[in-house]
Amino acid sequence: MAETNTSPDWVTLRSDFRILDQRVHGKPLIYFDNAATSQKPKSVIDALVHYYESDNANVHRGIHELSNRSTMGFEGARKRVARFLNAASTHEIVFTRGTTEAINLVANTWGVANIKEGDAILLTEMEHHSNLVPWQMLAARVGAVLRFVPVTGDDGLLDLSELDRLLDGAKLFAFTHISNTLGTVNPAKALCERAKAAGVVTLVDAAQSAGHYPVDVQEIGCDFLAFSGHKICGPTGIGALYGREVLLEAMPPWQGGGEMISSVDYEKSRWNTIPHKFEAGTPDISGPIGLAAAMDYLDAIGRENIFRHDQALAEYAYQRLAELPRHRLFGPAKGRAGLVSFLLDDAHAHDLVTLADGEGLALRGGHHCNQPLMKKLGVKSTARASFYFYNTTEEIDRMIDILQKIQEFFSRGS
Amino acid sequence: MDLEELYQTVVLDHSRKPRNFGQLSDATVSVSGDNPMCGDEITLQMKLGDRVEAVAFSGSGCSICMASASLMTMKVKGKTIAEAEALLGHFQEMATSETAIEPDPSLGDLALLAGVRKFP
Repeated sequence: MAETNTSPDWVTLRSDFRILDQRVHGKPLIYFDNAATSQKPKSVIDALVHYYESDNANVHRGIHELSNRSTMGFEGARKRVARFLNAASTHEIVFTRGTTEAINLVANTWGVANIKEGDAILLTEMEHHSNLVPWQMLAARVGAVLRFVPVTGDDGLLDLSELDRLLDGAKLFAFTHISNTLGTVNPAKALCERAKAAGVVTLVDAAQSAGHYPVDVQEIGCDFLAFSGHKICGPTGIGALYGREVLLEAMPPWQGGGEMISSVDYEKSRWNTIPHKFEAGTPDISGPIGLAAAMDYLDAIGRENIFRHDQALAEYAYQRLAELPRHRLFGPAKGRAGLVSFLLDDAHAHDLVTLADGEGLALRGGHHCNQPLMKKLGVKSTARASFYFYNTTEEIDRMIDILQKIQEFFSRGS
Repeated sequence: MDLEELYQTVVLDHSRKPRNFGQLSDATVSVSGDNPMCGDEITLQMKLGDRVEAVAFSGSGCSICMASASLMTMKVKGKTIAEAEALLGHFQEMATSETAIEPDPSLGDLALLAGVRKFP
């Protein structure tokens, strides 16, 4: 990343997010729900406004000036995504509504064409429902079986001791790069190398990593990678699938309609080239344009810098939470991504998050779309604080003060 | 403040020491419900004759969930089914109303949960 700034001015960057400068229930907002969605800087909001005020028209079909501008913006955004992921070719980027739709696309096209009765699909026990349910649906449809790489326990690491046996006979290995519940950073490159050696196709769920960690698809060596724009400072409703060109070329289309065809007769049609083959109908145009602005913004800061900053916040939060009485912390103590899941004995996670909201502190409480993992860990829900580069250690100190008050509230008179 | 209105002493007391908590050996009906968004899981058992002869619940949930189950079991015990259904109607009206309404007097301590309508 050539644009990387060596020491970002985090305070100035925070001022690009006006939404953070407000009071909630009379208290200064502390936004610690970034794993659910990030806030958007002014440059992204401005890009959306500029598009609708100056350039809006449909893409790929107009001969007029505004349509050309829209097409340039839309296809320019595809080039920007390819550069963000270091894809070998721009054709390898398919726009989707987000990570979930990208994974469903692979399951419904590559999966249906390649996974047969009795084949195995390998996942891990820490997958988000979005990288579990599409494979359950595919397995039920074609008669395939699901296998899972185990999670070690509360420390939240993958137990790779049986990986070779699990890969044997599998057609696909789909895994999360960073766990949205545990904060674990999985060794994506090593996992893809081992899968490749076993002849297994790989899909990386990069929803939690794309905007928080340097993600290079050629370095990782994956076949597919999916991410969402809204978690990386971009708009909601836009994301992308990366797929290796040779795989995308061989895949059948998914949805039919305009854009995805090259010629149509009453009886049959011929498909457009990749990636357009997978993009039926008028696409989200402002979304990719906003996403490209977000990528410019993140790369000016540098994703290595962002990861170091988020990781320092998470390790500080982990250490401060461990000072609270009667706590339970999930995920690795060291080397974690920028989030911490926890429980405090005195308060159910839902009560804790409700009372924290009253203090202006936005946390997430629940199963984090990880119900099977919650069952495995023997809990119904956890509270989660997830950070981004605009968060500060002072906010974590205030969170700890708030949590102490909540613990006192619930232990009073018991 | 809204939260203090909701998390009152009676509610906290019922959530820590839920009444009628456990299983019935002679239940005639048993129903389970869950809210995976918050991780609530409750099983309610009743022995029904002309009236609710016995009632118990088990499971886990947030303090509001536990307290409301506990208060509800106390309230319906000994009631006819028609009376229990009337209580249910009054409670639902209070808890889901878009504006604050005067809780029906029959709800007793259950009226303490009126604040939940602000937390959809």
